[in-house]
Amino acid sequence: MKRTKDLRSLYSEKVMEHFQNPRNVGEMESPDGIGHVGNPVCGDIMELYIKVKDDIIIDAKFKTFGCGAAIATSSMVTEMVKGKTIEQALKISNKAVAEALDGLPPIKMHCSALAEEALKLAIEDYLAKSKRK
Amino acid sequence: MRRIYLDYAATTPTHPLVLKAMLPWFTDGFGNPSSIHSFGQEAKGAIEEAREKVARLVGAKSDEIVFTGSGTEADNFAIKGVAYAKEHEGKHIITTAIEHHAVIETCKFLEKRGFKVTYLSVDRDGLVDLGEVKKAITDETILISVMHANNEIGTIEPIQEIARIAKDREICFHTDAVQTVGHLPVDVDELKVDLVSISAHKFCGPKGVGALYIRKGTRIVPFMNGGEQEHGRRASTQNVPGIVGFGKACQLAQEEMGQEKERLETLRDKLIKGILNRIDHVHLNGHPTQRLPNNVNISLEFVEGESILLNLDLMGIAASTGSACSSSVLEASHVLLALGLPHESAHSSLRFSLGQETTEKDVDYVLEKLPQIVKKLRAMSPLYKPGRK
Repeated sequence: MKRTKDLRSLYSEKVMEHFQNPRNVGEMESPDGIGHVGNPVCGDIMELYIKVKDDIIIDAKFKTFGCGAAIATSSMVTEMVKGKTIEQALKISNKAVAEALDGLPPIKMHCSALAEEALKLAIEDYLAKSKRK
Repeated sequence: MRRIYLDYAATTPTHPLVLKAMLPWFTDGFGNPSSIHSFGQEAKGAIEEAREKVARLVGAKSDEIVFTGSGTEADNFAIKGVAYAKEHEGKHIITTAIEHHAVIETCKFLEKRGFKVTYLSVDRDGLVDLGEVKKAITDETILISVMHANNEIGTIEPIQEIARIAKDREICFHTDAVQTVGHLPVDVDELKVDLVSISAHKFCGPKGVGALYIRKGTRIVPFMNGGEQEHGRRASTQNVPGIVGFGKACQLAQEEMGQEKERLETLRDKLIKGILNRIDHVHLNGHPTQRLPNNVNISLEFVEGESILLNLDLMGIAASTGSACSSSVLEASHVLLALGLPHESAHSSLRFSLGQETTEKDVDYVLEKLPQIVKKLRAMSPLYKPGRK
């Protein structure tokens, strides 16, 4: 019988790789911005933390409760924002995150939307905080 | 890599003896059972022999067994068939909130066409309350349908008692016994049921074949029109090899049932205890004792079901979840929510269903790997606050 070697028929190799070895997992001590998205009803909850210096995101971390796609997109988005200016980071779309993972199944595209949203909220949080300073 | 299949409630491997019994009916025995000539009559003989085996397993007469294409079809047949046959007597159906979609969606279909349906709630263990059944009955009630055992959480319902209530009020009673026939003793007269749905592939028979037991005298509209097969109740040329395999699976189940039930219960309890001992923030879903011999359903708090499944699969272990993320509808299991579980716990559910090839070593392997997976995922989870009790 022909067998697909792993779960690649469901997820791309890149998704599985990020799912198995997620980058930037964890909380951040005194982050400059926090984005919290998701709700328990749909089953995905994401927290994204950023550290910003001279308008550049120098570090990003996440914590996610969710499926394989949710974890992989969280990992990918934290990788993508590091080293970006705030303006560049705001341009990262859910589509770009999905593409960086070599695609997601259509039903899982909302996971990448969640990652984009978490990032936007983290940046908004940072901007609001820096205004107050 | 070691591969351990613990999803027997989804489907089972076809037993080698079942396959062996089926094979000749693809080749030499290819005749159409409706044909008069010897080719046809041989095939007809084979399906009638299979019908007797199915009937024997559930204590029925063979002319009360109608072969269908699946358990889902049997559920559709039972519910629509009785609804259409009795719609002039009343248009009320009683079922439960935890039925298989084959029953629930069929009831919803009928609701759109003028029928009224009561979906009985269940308690935290998944049991239907007998008082609630009595209360729900009206003069309009024509059918009560309650599953024998739940496919997700394994809870076994008090079918005999519910059937008695239905009988006292002269209401037709159907049970979806897809998860029990072949695994637990099911006797249609002892249970006093009028209609029973059965599926072959849940107990080592082939896919694509099931049956509906219809008690003699039950009024029901044919499911398919277009031929005299199955006494005119289900037109279609019969799936002869499938039906023969189904019969063989019933025969084997009858021979092996008692011993296998005890063996699986021991493994099930070892797996449940082992998980509860090794992992904190875990609870068992479904009834602690009144449950299927092969069902383990747990919620592993703070981690999501699909991500557990993927990790298990990477270690060669096949299981299932009630999390929305694994379904195409993005809703958590209606069964787990009906138990009163919060959404987070429903998304954290994991089901292992054991079967004839499951060994104690398999259980040990799961008990070794699962805590590692949960630990890894909890480290990523924003819901998990270590030290919290």
